[in-house]
Amino acid sequence: MPYKAKFKVWRGDAESGELRDFLVEVNEGEVVLDIIHRLQATQAPDLAVRWNCKAGKCGSCSAEINGRPRLLCMTRMSTFTEEETVTVTPMRTFPVIRDLVTDVSFNYQKAREIPSFTPPADLAPGDYRMQQVDVQRSQEFRKCIECFLCQNTCHVVRDHEENKEAFSGPRFLMRAAELEFHPLDTADRVPSAQEDHGLGLCNITKCCTEVCPEHIAITDNALIPMKERVADRKYDPVVWLGSKIFRRSKT
Amino acid sequence: MTSGVGAPTRASISARTLRTDRWWLPPLLTNLGLFAFVAYATVRSFMGKWYWVEDYGYLTPFYSPCLSESCLPGSSHFGTPLPELPGWIPLGFVALPFLLGFRLTCYYYRKAYYRSVWQSPPACAVAEPHASYSGETRLPLIVQNAHRYFFYVALLVSVVNTYDAVVALTHGLGVGNLILLTNVVLLWAYTLSCHSCRHIAGGRLKHFSKHPVRYRAWTLVSKLNVHHMRLAWTTLGTLVLTDLYVMLVASGAISDLRIF
Ligand code: SF4
Ligand code: SF4
Ligand code: FES
Ligand code: FES
Repeated sequence: MPYKAKFKVWRGDAESGELRDFLVEVNEGEVVLDIIHRLQATQAPDLAVRWNCKAGKCGSCSAEINGRPRLLCMTRMSTFTEEETVTVTPMRTFPVIRDLVTDVSFNYQKAREIPSFTPPADLAPGDYRMQQVDVQRSQEFRKCIECFLCQNTCHVVRDHEENKEAFSGPRFLMRAAELEFHPLDTADRVPSAQEDHGLGLCNITKCCTEVCPEHIAITDNALIPMKERVADRKYDPVVWLGSKIFRRSKT
Repeated sequence: MTSGVGAPTRASISARTLRTDRWWLPPLLTNLGLFAFVAYATVRSFMGKWYWVEDYGYLTPFYSPCLSESCLPGSSHFGTPLPELPGWIPLGFVALPFLLGFRLTCYYYRKAYYRSVWQSPPACAVAEPHASYSGETRLPLIVQNAHRYFFYVALLVSVVNTYDAVVALTHGLGVGNLILLTNVVLLWAYTLSCHSCRHIAGGRLKHFSKHPVRYRAWTLVSKLNVHHMRLAWTTLGTLVLTDLYVMLVASGAISDLRIF
């Protein structure tokens, strides 16, 4: 049954902005992005919103709905009651450009700071051979759609602007883990994860995992295993000694 | 709030969070749960009595191993290498600090108390009340990296607790035995589901294919690891329950239901 829903949508730019009230039609089966599009079509033609696939696969439509970081296209209107006011704001960790659109270049910057896949020097691209059990851990992280909801939710940078320099965020610490676990990657990813990308700032409170639309177990499968590897190298004299004696650090 | 969500370039929204659900409930429940356990465990550890049921061989895990000459006769399964202790020292003082350290540095409990006690963050997308934040990069929190050492000790203590529960079976079988055994099984599950255990079992390897046995071990621990949070809470519950049962039987408040 169509009904009129109460919406509050943040409108503004880097200078100023505010939540504006709208009353807008909702039909069965619609998602929040549909309603935003209806607002554009009817009441707010200049409302800025980023979107692309409407299928939860491009990672463009990240925003916050009733204070929770979500994809606009994957949040069904049926999760709200007809009386409920639905509040939509841009992500609150990145600089806002206009309305629901933020400047996510922080993430591109951090992505560039991670050295790319480094296969053995004597291995030509066509000759890569690896076993499924060896690549499977990295594969989970390849599901990432780069929506940056995890980066947006992580309190390390969300609540502390000054940490943005030292902290690459869950998405890119996971990228470091992905390469570290990769059977053919030869670069040493562990010290830089701690020193250059701020793994020590993460206090494993799991908000990245909680908001990831791809349900990647970021904390359990990437961040904690990386913390354990850092502990091997920096904080565990026994393992350190063992690796010196048995020279098995690359197994 | 000018450093976090109130920083100049971000969308200007004055609310700390716009969440409309009861985001404050989980941290509150966590606080209550942790506080209740700490209160109970403290009282019981310092009580110094009703920890041993001689007739049935029940020893509460809070007093195990009991290594001092102050321990009741029979309760010292590993002898009494330590002299008599003044009353204010808990008889379980050899293992207790390590068990406390094990849980304090546990990745799950860290998450739990950072969120509930320290409010950092209280819930996802809810601004934390602290002006600055250095995570686990400095003292004292850098010590969390020693979790694996507490894990090694916790393994030993699990062996001790298992021994206690098995020795009790030589006195016959009662409800108390079932409680002790259940507790031990769950303690093992909690201990083995540890993230450090997962890493040690095989997580630290780069090539699983070269280490089939450790890969298998890693796979098994990974299956348990998914339930680590549930096991963390369940074992707090079973520890209290086990201790309470031993206390009630030892004090004569109830009598143990015997099966044979
Ligand atoms: S687990 Fe770590 S990276 Fe993920 S949100 Fe929490 S602090 Fe950030
Ligand atoms: S890890 Fe998940 S939340 Fe983070 S960017 Fe990728 S898909 Fe989005
Ligand atoms: S529009 Fe592509 S993820 Fe929402
Ligand atoms: S006991 Fe919880 S992670 Fe080790």
